[in-house]
Amino acid sequence: MNPFQPYSFFPLGDSALTIDFGNIISEDINKKVLRLFQHLKTIDDHSIIDLVPAYSSLTVYYDVASFQHPDKTAFELMADILEELFSKSSDIHEEESNYFEIPVCYSKKFALDIDYIAEQNQLSSEEIIHIHTSKTYKVYMLGFLPGFTYMGEVDHRISITRKTAPVKLFPGAVGIAGRQTGIYPLESPGGWQIIGRTPVKVFKKEDENPVLFHPGDEVKFYSITEDEFKNYQARRT
Amino acid sequence: MSLRITRQGVLDTIQDLGRFGHQYLGINCNGAMDKFSMQLANALLGKELNAPVIEIHFPSSQILFEREAVICIAGADFLPTINDRPIPLHHPVAVNKKTNLKFEKFQTGARCYISLFNELKLDKWMNSYSTNLKAGTGGFDGRGLMKNDVIAFTNGLNISKLLHEREFVVFPWKANDIVDTRNEIEFIIGSEWHWLSKDAQDLFQEQWFQITNEADRMGYQLAGQNLEAKNNDQLVSSAVCFGTVQLLPNGQLIILMADHQTAGGYPRIAHVISAYLPILAQKKPNDVIRFKMTSLEEAEKKLLNQKKYLQQLQIACKFRLEEFLHAHL
Repeated sequence: MNPFQPYSFFPLGDSALTIDFGNIISEDINKKVLRLFQHLKTIDDHSIIDLVPAYSSLTVYYDVASFQHPDKTAFELMADILEELFSKSSDIHEEESNYFEIPVCYSKKFALDIDYIAEQNQLSSEEIIHIHTSKTYKVYMLGFLPGFTYMGEVDHRISITRKTAPVKLFPGAVGIAGRQTGIYPLESPGGWQIIGRTPVKVFKKEDENPVLFHPGDEVKFYSITEDEFKNYQARRT
Repeated sequence: MSLRITRQGVLDTIQDLGRFGHQYLGINCNGAMDKFSMQLANALLGKELNAPVIEIHFPSSQILFEREAVICIAGADFLPTINDRPIPLHHPVAVNKKTNLKFEKFQTGARCYISLFNELKLDKWMNSYSTNLKAGTGGFDGRGLMKNDVIAFTNGLNISKLLHEREFVVFPWKANDIVDTRNEIEFIIGSEWHWLSKDAQDLFQEQWFQITNEADRMGYQLAGQNLEAKNNDQLVSSAVCFGTVQLLPNGQLIILMADHQTAGGYPRIAHVISAYLPILAQKKPNDVIRFKMTSLEEAEKKLLNQKKYLQQLQIACKFRLEEFLHAHL
């Protein structure tokens, strides 16, 4: 028995292995995922090509050619390596994370769907802003677009189902889908309900580290006015 | 030392084997759709298999070689010509300066690859030359090639003597591979395979699926009889890969291709095996396919065989090229 149990391994195609901790969103499970992810990242193993942490799973892409065994598949050999590692889990440290305070302009100009949420959830837009800014969110994972964060969990009072059809969104759009909140890094079609816009660029392709948030980071939003939004953008350029 | 795009194609991009190591930031892999043909083009020139190439769709770009170059075209057959005279696929070809490369006709396959012996001057981003169209980065300015784009390349070989005023010279070695037009596509089961009823699992393997017009570098939507899931369980977002077959809420399927997102929330009922992705990448809308189950063991074996074949070809061609140049230059 190791502290990561229960989990299961399954092949994600013929060149990746997913460690699955159960089909649920839970902060504790995500912590396990991120601890393992950060540990595996530090291991100098040329057979590991990529690591994809998600809410409750970690996927390891590997080079099939670096495993050659007469009666075991590369998948089985990779699984053996991971089991071995889990049994030595005392070497695995707590995850590292950063904390960010992110300005958001919740003005109607950007908050495309705040009236809809207000109507659906019987709240005023001020209440929605207050609720959204009063909690620190955890970055569970990134995906969908370079730099797109899945953060959670928003208070159930502002939880809202996503749109049935995506609409074109501006970079920096801050949205809610279910109990998740996130920021669109690029102009893109998106189905989340939009409540504001941040002037912070969460994806800068020209930077050496192009993505601002990493899995495990913590984010708190604060409200700014349209003027502050403009000033912030002006300062940056 | 450069080539110039003189007519814009529908979508021609720079690709290599893909961008790995950054998916945790939502940065997807990209890379060539048909990695076999892409590597074949490089191997025949004795180049590193991961070297960046131009991925060409049809209607294709027209390319003016402003300087002499040695090229190799592999994959789909779009009838390539140099100054209106056909040149063969899967053969290295020396082309003279001021010659035009055109692709005349849609014959077999959907994508072809142009490799140059000369080193292309391109944008490497996050350890890969592959174009990320969404983020607008990598390859050539992070976008598809457009009219008047100029790609500089290094002076590789002094071939003016070999060309001797001719428009092109075909080198005396080739690969016998042609685009594999098989339509039985091998798969291994995905982690949500068991979300399908037994009948749906059988139907998945028995029926022919048609590739719809919604087929691009991100994914192929398939048309067929609806497959029913046993329950309405929701899947928490988790990694997906090139070849993942997802079951959409309406019972239809999508196969994720090279520009797929890093993670997704639809049931992963199957994965097309890596060795068959090049076959799938050469399919186009209206083509039909059928899924055939195989084992993970077989999938790994086929992938390794493909890899070995390409590595051996690359080494052999490197020697051939040195010999050839020694004799002719």
